[in-house]
Amino acid sequence: MTSPTKQHLIDPEICIRCNTCEETCPQDAVTHNDDNYVVIADKCNYCMDCISPCPTGAIDNWRVVTEPYAIESQFEWDELPQQESFGTNGDQGSSAVVEAFDDEIIQLLEEAHQGVGGHSVAPRSASKPSVNLFNRSKPAIARVQGNFRLTQEGTETDVRHIILDIGDQAFPVVEGQSVGIIPPGLDANGKPAKARLYSIACPRDGEKPNANNIALTVKREPNGRCSNYVCDLAKGDEVELTGPYGATFLMPDDPTANIIMICTGTGSAPFRGFTMRRQRTAPQAEGHLVLYFGARTPEELPYFGPLKRIPKSVMTQRLVFSRIKDQPKRHVQDQMRQDADWLSSYIASERTYIYVCGLKGMEEGVDAALAEICESAGLDWPSQRALMRREGRLHLETY
Amino acid sequence: MLDLINVNYDTLIPNNVGLSSDRRVLKALEKWHPGYINWWHDMGPNGFQESLAYLRTAVSVDSKGWAKFDYVKMPEYRWGVLLAPAVEDRRIPCGEHFGDLAWQEVPGEYRAMLRRLIVIQGDTEPASVEQQRFLGKTAPSLYDMRNLFQVNVEEGRHLWAMVYLLQKYFGKDGREESDELLRRQSGSEEAPRMLGAFNEETPDWLSFFMFTYFTDRDGKMQLEALAQSGFDPLSRTTRFMLTEEAHHMFVGETGVGRIVQRTCEAMTEAGIEDPYDIEAVRALGVIDLPTVQKKLNLHYSLSLDLFGSEISTNAANAFTAGIKGRFQETKIEDDHKLVGATYPVLKLIDGEAKLIDEPALSAINMRLRDDYTNDAAGGVNRWNKIIQKAGVAFELALPHVAFHRQIGEFLNAEATPDGRILNAEEWNAQKGQWLPNTADGDFIASLMQPQWEAGKYANWISPPKVGIDNKPGEFEYVKIYDA
Repeated sequence: MTSPTKQHLIDPEICIRCNTCEETCPQDAVTHNDDNYVVIADKCNYCMDCISPCPTGAIDNWRVVTEPYAIESQFEWDELPQQESFGTNGDQGSSAVVEAFDDEIIQLLEEAHQGVGGHSVAPRSASKPSVNLFNRSKPAIARVQGNFRLTQEGTETDVRHIILDIGDQAFPVVEGQSVGIIPPGLDANGKPAKARLYSIACPRDGEKPNANNIALTVKREPNGRCSNYVCDLAKGDEVELTGPYGATFLMPDDPTANIIMICTGTGSAPFRGFTMRRQRTAPQAEGHLVLYFGARTPEELPYFGPLKRIPKSVMTQRLVFSRIKDQPKRHVQDQMRQDADWLSSYIASERTYIYVCGLKGMEEGVDAALAEICESAGLDWPSQRALMRREGRLHLETY
Repeated sequence: MLDLINVNYDTLIPNNVGLSSDRRVLKALEKWHPGYINWWHDMGPNGFQESLAYLRTAVSVDSKGWAKFDYVKMPEYRWGVLLAPAVEDRRIPCGEHFGDLAWQEVPGEYRAMLRRLIVIQGDTEPASVEQQRFLGKTAPSLYDMRNLFQVNVEEGRHLWAMVYLLQKYFGKDGREESDELLRRQSGSEEAPRMLGAFNEETPDWLSFFMFTYFTDRDGKMQLEALAQSGFDPLSRTTRFMLTEEAHHMFVGETGVGRIVQRTCEAMTEAGIEDPYDIEAVRALGVIDLPTVQKKLNLHYSLSLDLFGSEISTNAANAFTAGIKGRFQETKIEDDHKLVGATYPVLKLIDGEAKLIDEPALSAINMRLRDDYTNDAAGGVNRWNKIIQKAGVAFELALPHVAFHRQIGEFLNAEATPDGRILNAEEWNAQKGQWLPNTADGDFIASLMQPQWEAGKYANWISPPKVGIDNKPGEFEYVKIYDA
């Protein structure tokens, strides 16, 4: 069976036939007849150059298909066809968002988002993400631009900042999305090695503005096949990338939004992306950023140095350490409880978004702390949590 | 407030023409800029200069930079000078210099002709801002208000685009013409705008949508023709303007479409089947389809006049000189010189409209107008699809080109919308059926009550299918500042 792919389509009911997309497309993938403007499926490389120039939004339509619609049938359309249903999302029904199409990846994401307690919902103002542009059979080839150790030499934790150059391929990402990396070779059972997901740790326009690259934050796991492969990559090495994945754990595109980010270890990756995005696009934003970041010691906290350079007016930082000699163990939830007074007013605000990213183990403690903080302010956390989830203002990604 | 004294022009004017290293032009623009800002304050959107509008700004011409969305106060909008990227080895696509390298400087012999074309184009840009300056007050939603302001600031940018060409390539004459562009005013007795349709009022939102659909589409066709110019800076400027012009087409097409949609819905809900039961439809607080047709008749016929006389020596000269081409010149398969070619022109012969073959060179305007009509017909078909889908028995149609014309072959021909020629008496007795009358205008005016609550729409217009920049329905597109 052919695996489903994503097809770019133009909504004939919204399109005004202005020819802008056809003029813009560097691949000549857009054409028209007297009735409709259409996209030629096998020419479109998802570069997205046509999206922002479209005055109507008609251009920003996608269907998951096993067999792409030919232009001849697109010419005939008065309206877009419905999305045909695929069994991959299980019993989640039509309300679930497509975060990926590969079963393997869908499963990984479902597990990661479980803690939110229901369907994850993207923030309403979030940019529309592209998903699954590259898969196992057609991966993007990236080249390693840099591999830097983020934790101090001599500590147990080896966390790496990996920069991947995408070259001239179109691999559009937004902050909060992940990419898949497939380590080369076969596993112990003689099957192709399992893919691993890594959050993108930089803003959509790249590690440096308008460089077509992405950054990842990867921790070396003792027996992790993929993490060891990635952490050992040298400058110039080629890596097979799939994705991008994820359509809910995204930041609101709204300068008035407050963003509370709670993480441990490499869970900081998406938040580095969020923070850099906010600093690049809305440095004077009305909304505030709050970061709770837990690690064993300052030496083992990724991005410790750069974090110190972010002004207090942009972000309130709470760095919490659990293994400092002669000091009691402290976790992010302990610090949150201490901040209950002002944190509760953020939680009550409908402009606030909460994100939790890190190890599964942190979920429970953070949830309990949020419940306590709410209670102290006369808020009912279970109903607040449900509301925030429905409104796309509560997000968990844990592993 | 914008600091007019210590403005850093290099960062203030996004540009890809190397302004910072072009002292002379930068200085000229610096001198012109305060007058422009004064004009914007005096003649731009009335009452909203302090409001924050969610607008798109072009800061560069590549796909990443040309649509940056953010809240901005309109007087602080970054009007830039942006030219589409140069095409390497671009050749003159038409006329007697066909195939020669495109000009990067103004050819001396065509200087006056080019200047006139640029000034006429430039004059329409601020004119429409002036015509639309009071519409914000009656906006049917914040979404529509935002779209109006987007159209306005981009017309402002198009004025900048033309002024840049004048300042850069036409010396003292260019400076004077630039000042004149700010002096003339739409509808003014002593210094009106240069073209008729740009001195008409835009009294209500249906007129605004019809204007952006029909009249801005003339603008689009003129820009398309100028994009074929052998004078490369003009071609590159207009090519980039066309990407913005598409938004204006969008506002017009979807605006009329949403009005039509709402009318059909209201009729269906109320069980009204006869679209000509005008009283009953109007009682629902929506605009009846026959009145929409009348407005269409008016704006289409006024816009046809903008193409000038069907047979024109000026147009032939501009084509032969290679400074203005045909619509999609490079895609047409012929000699691009029109030697001995003919083109069928609709003429009034013995009281009847007949197609007569004329030399294609003199019929350049006619050809562009035909391309315009084809382009305009597409949207009318799509409006009809909305009506059809709703099950209402009514069809909108473009009137005959002879209808209600002030310029060209059919000047005062007293023709009906289907092209029959009447005598003056018959015409006067019936014209109220075809063109909006005072009562129609009063009815529409009575509907023009502002709806400024985020996510809400006036009763006579449907919400859009998709928000701007993918924003959700209740997004606050304009944060109104109450003075």
